[in-house]
Amino acid sequence: MIRFPRHEGGDVSVVICGAAGQGIQTVEDLLVQVLRVEGYHVFGSREYMSRVRGGNNSTEIRVSSRPVRALVDRIDLLIPLNGGVRANIIERIDEGTIIIGDGEELGTEFAGYEDQFLNAPVLEEARQVGGKVYASVIAAGILAGLFDVSTGPVESYFEKRFGAKGDKIVAQNREALDRGLTMARRLLEKGRFSLAVRPNPQESRIAVNGTDAVGLGALAGGCNLVTAYPMSPASGVLSFMAQKARDFGVVVEQVEDEIAAINWAVGGAYAGARPLVTTSGGGFALMTEGLSLAAVMEAPVVVHLAQRPGPATGMATRTEQADLELALYGGHGEFPRVIFAPGSLGEAFDLTRRAFDLASRFQSPAIVLTDQYFVNSFYDLPPFDVGRELPKSYLVEAGPDYRRYAESPDGISPMAVPGHGEGLVGADSHEHDEVGHVYEDFHLRKRMNDKRLRKAEAIFAETLAPTLIGPDDYRDLVICWGSTRHIVEEALDELDRPGLAMLHFAQVWPLHGDTAGLLGRAERVVAVEGNATAQLARLIRRETGIEIKEKLLNYSGLQFSVEKVREGLRDLLS
Amino acid sequence: MANRFDLENIDIAWCPGCGDFPILESLKKALTELDLMPRDVVFVSGIGQAAKLPHYIKGHFFNGLHGRALSNATAIKAANPSLKVIAIGGDGDMYGEGGNHFLHTIRRNPDIANFVHNNMVYGLTKGQASPTSQVGFKTPVQVDGVFSTPVNPVALALAQGAAFVGRAFAGDIEQTKEIMKKAIAFKGYALVDILQPCVSFNKVNTYAWFKERIYYLDESHDRSDRMKALERALEPDRFALGVLYSQERPSFESSLAPYRNDDRPLYARSPDLEKLDGLIRSL
Repeated sequence: MIRFPRHEGGDVSVVICGAAGQGIQTVEDLLVQVLRVEGYHVFGSREYMSRVRGGNNSTEIRVSSRPVRALVDRIDLLIPLNGGVRANIIERIDEGTIIIGDGEELGTEFAGYEDQFLNAPVLEEARQVGGKVYASVIAAGILAGLFDVSTGPVESYFEKRFGAKGDKIVAQNREALDRGLTMARRLLEKGRFSLAVRPNPQESRIAVNGTDAVGLGALAGGCNLVTAYPMSPASGVLSFMAQKARDFGVVVEQVEDEIAAINWAVGGAYAGARPLVTTSGGGFALMTEGLSLAAVMEAPVVVHLAQRPGPATGMATRTEQADLELALYGGHGEFPRVIFAPGSLGEAFDLTRRAFDLASRFQSPAIVLTDQYFVNSFYDLPPFDVGRELPKSYLVEAGPDYRRYAESPDGISPMAVPGHGEGLVGADSHEHDEVGHVYEDFHLRKRMNDKRLRKAEAIFAETLAPTLIGPDDYRDLVICWGSTRHIVEEALDELDRPGLAMLHFAQVWPLHGDTAGLLGRAERVVAVEGNATAQLARLIRRETGIEIKEKLLNYSGLQFSVEKVREGLRDLLS
Repeated sequence: MANRFDLENIDIAWCPGCGDFPILESLKKALTELDLMPRDVVFVSGIGQAAKLPHYIKGHFFNGLHGRALSNATAIKAANPSLKVIAIGGDGDMYGEGGNHFLHTIRRNPDIANFVHNNMVYGLTKGQASPTSQVGFKTPVQVDGVFSTPVNPVALALAQGAAFVGRAFAGDIEQTKEIMKKAIAFKGYALVDILQPCVSFNKVNTYAWFKERIYYLDESHDRSDRMKALERALEPDRFALGVLYSQERPSFESSLAPYRNDDRPLYARSPDLEKLDGLIRSL
């Protein structure tokens, strides 16, 4: 008999997989909503193929009595809804995995796993309810039954989700669910495995993914103009903002291309909007001329860059951390910028909000770097703290002799917008004089370039320190950035080595002034990065002179798992 | 004669005799006659000789990248609908580099006027073909003459459903001014393609060449008849001038979420944090 969780206080990792459009989403939604109401902690992460129908996608859901926030390879319960399960799932099956599937659907696909396979005749039951379409609800019912959830939350979920479709639909779904619950009892009665995760109810928890966190942070930062051309995995933020546009007074426009998106942002910022563009690497590449425009015009724009593997189209629905250098160097000419790379959902909210503040304050572009793994992963956490402080406006009224690019000690010129005050407001893509008119004078050029670059000092003074997790007196230090934070954190927990700590960079540009000191204190430093060339390590070397020789790199298109980081570090540190 | 849109102490980079001068003159007169003030207007442009115009007229100005003026202009209008927004550029800027934005701005119908100085040649980069250069036009690059069919901007705009389409001739300040006034006053996207000789690089399409081929639409032209307008637009080797088509439909800004019950421009707003807190707690 296999007992889940496998370790005292551990979690149960459920992986549901199936073809696109075949109801994985339904199973995931139902399970997560119901488990949350019951007081479990949940983490979920999706990996999917770039197609609308067919293929084979999967969702991992970890259920625990303690907060869980990272991707694992371990599969406790594998629920294949369809055949054609891909190698990246099959290779994660271990001797402790229980596979629950419909032999009729799967055929001989799990022939080598008889000891671990439990047949659940989902299709036959679905036909009895009214059709194949109910298979996913039955599967959800099986999972709900295995976790022994009470029927109240399940009923209210169904009422909410299907209520509008009429009583018959609700009743049939309810019946499908009941059959799933019954099948769960029968599966447990076979005595092959048991499942005992205790819920741990807590006050006010929310469950959001990276997309939501970025969108909510943007709203908190006063974002009121969103332009984008749809591109995975960045379009979620576009949809999120479109759905909130009415409630929060946001102009949201799906424009004709990414070049338009960034040029709208710069135009809007010139007129006083707080713009956001959301894109992935290929789109960002198209935007780089516009980013340079924002810099020379000193227009506050925020870019959400959700990374996916490149070069070019790369792997459209997969993940990577290989666009740090693109974000850092994209755009011709020299100009200051801010780049955040949130590692937690809380950071995604706070830093996206902060990106709007810094962009406005320093009249410089701010970039929020996420990736496919990050935007599509969710977990429960306390609600984001909105507070009561409205986003600060740095705008001034234009007086009669207003000069948009007036000299100032810190390089920041008071920003006015057309229509606010009687003065005139100019902006020019050329090098310009203080009013903003094109004027070719070599002394002026140097003065204006210096003025813009001087803002870098003020930006540097606001840099966030990297987060040190682990003992202060570390000997070994693991550095990482962006979406790998919780994964590395859990890997280090499991390694449980004295003198091992991690340093997570949620701001990757500028680098904080303590970086060299923090690295210098370690005997050994290892960089964990989701790219092939250790871009953060290279940046650190450029900025501090410190060369990080040990690297754990992953660029398969799938995110690091806790196990891969744990074992990789074990090897490197042994 | 002095005009409230005159800008003092400027060094104009246009060639003597350039069609840009009378266009600038027409524009200043049109704005003054519409009783607008410099602080009411934002002049938006990209790159090219025509795109330098915002530096030679008093008003707010945004001189952006090559081809992107319509994107900038639409966003400026969306951020503050009380501004009068005029997008200016040449044929290369608007119909070449910015061609995709041109198509989609027509669809969107923001309340902006778009004046395109169409001289059928690239001036700033010294004489290469433009998207409107005529077949056979020889340049240092198109050494055997232009092969590709020229863009017909007026027909294209009409076919694509533009709300206002006009054509003018730079050599006629009074008539150009009148057409511009209608375009500026029009609520929606208003294109005026302005035929303009380039005295330095286009020795074919000269003042005299245009004068032989232009004519003004008279009172009998029905501006609400798109097919009639299209017929005029497609006439070979003749250029009908005036307002070919004008039919208002809801402007882009009027469809936008922030302005449903609130006229304030975006810069004057703050997010509703209480509502946001409520949204977060509901997730």
